[in-house]
Amino acid sequence: MVGSSRIIPGSGIVHPVGNADLDPEAEKALRRAIVEKALEALQTELQEQKVFSPPK
Amino acid sequence: MSLGLKIVHYVNQLFGGIGGEEKANVGPQVKDGVVGPGKATQDALKGRGEVVATVICGDNYFAEKTKEASEEVLRLLTPYKPDVVIAGPAFNAGRYGVACGEVCKVVQEKLGIPAVTGMYEENPGVDLYKKDVYVVRTSDSAIGMTQAISSMVRIALKLAAKEKIGKPAEEGYFPRGIIKTETSPKTATERAVDMLLAKLKGQSFESELTLPKFERIKPAPAIRNLSSAKIALVTDGGLVPKGNPDKLESRRATKFGSYSIKGLDTLSSKEYEAHHVGYDITFTNQDPNRMLPLDVMRDLEREGVIGKVHETFYTLAGVATPLADCKRLGQGIAEQLKAEGVAGVILTST
Repeated sequence: MVGSSRIIPGSGIVHPVGNADLDPEAEKALRRAIVEKALEALQTELQEQKVFSPPK
Repeated sequence: MSLGLKIVHYVNQLFGGIGGEEKANVGPQVKDGVVGPGKATQDALKGRGEVVATVICGDNYFAEKTKEASEEVLRLLTPYKPDVVIAGPAFNAGRYGVACGEVCKVVQEKLGIPAVTGMYEENPGVDLYKKDVYVVRTSDSAIGMTQAISSMVRIALKLAAKEKIGKPAEEGYFPRGIIKTETSPKTATERAVDMLLAKLKGQSFESELTLPKFERIKPAPAIRNLSSAKIALVTDGGLVPKGNPDKLESRRATKFGSYSIKGLDTLSSKEYEAHHVGYDITFTNQDPNRMLPLDVMRDLEREGVIGKVHETFYTLAGVATPLADCKRLGQGIAEQLKAEGVAGVILTST
């Protein structure tokens, strides 16, 4: 993601916003947490590239 | 009369002896034989060829009417039946550099005649034309004329004789982005260690791989009012409607896809799949929301957290794509997103 200004570490190469090991409900909750983090990043004023910490 | 090669030389109004900036508007004209730097060219040829004509055009005329100017230049030089065309050198003169590059390019494309030019590394003509034509590296002013002409003539002679042109550093031209296979008595490991040792000793070495230069991108301003913002989904995970209707490449993308998700609450594995050779697509194909999080975006839209999910998503397979293509495709997607009033993008990447 060279050149991206706001980066959220995803949940793996094969499913950046998912996790096949989780049950469907937990997986969707994880996806929502990552997306919410991305929305937080979009609302963050930045001067240079930032890698945000992944959701817990 | 020389029995050697016939060369036509292209120069601007200044080197053509017509005048300075006040004459930059003059259109193309041709003179028999040598004019200006053509004398140095003639000397460097050492009897192996002859400058049979010189085409002269004002820099502003060429810059303002590029298409007409290049057509006129072609028309003027064609009757001389040159074996090779030499343009410039333009040194650090920007308009002149672009004119030289364009003349060489159209001569090669339209007449099938090889051509060579020369410029200083910061001349904008270098980046514009180095892939299409041999652009010899010159100094920034006419002080380097003899050296520049010498390199240009050497390449011109080889081009005309269809001889192999050596590497950019050996022949003195700007790299054209061409990779050629060659054999080496040393393994890659040995060559790499040789380079490392040379580097440690402060000696010069030439890398076999030129890394692309990545630009620093200034972050876009933050979104102030998320609850009224239109957010788009973009992915380089190669997600497409089942069957890949637009035949997007699964590697080295040359185009991107845009697909409507209007009215969809989620992405079904019956309707979407990934085409991408860079990761195991099994999990995306089981549940495409793992690649493009439409289901949770719809929840957030319903809850009023975001204003709207943009009704089109953009996609391509981001794998083994040259930087220049990435830039072109990214700009293409960004232009559409801007035109469609999108405030923010979530781009999921594998």
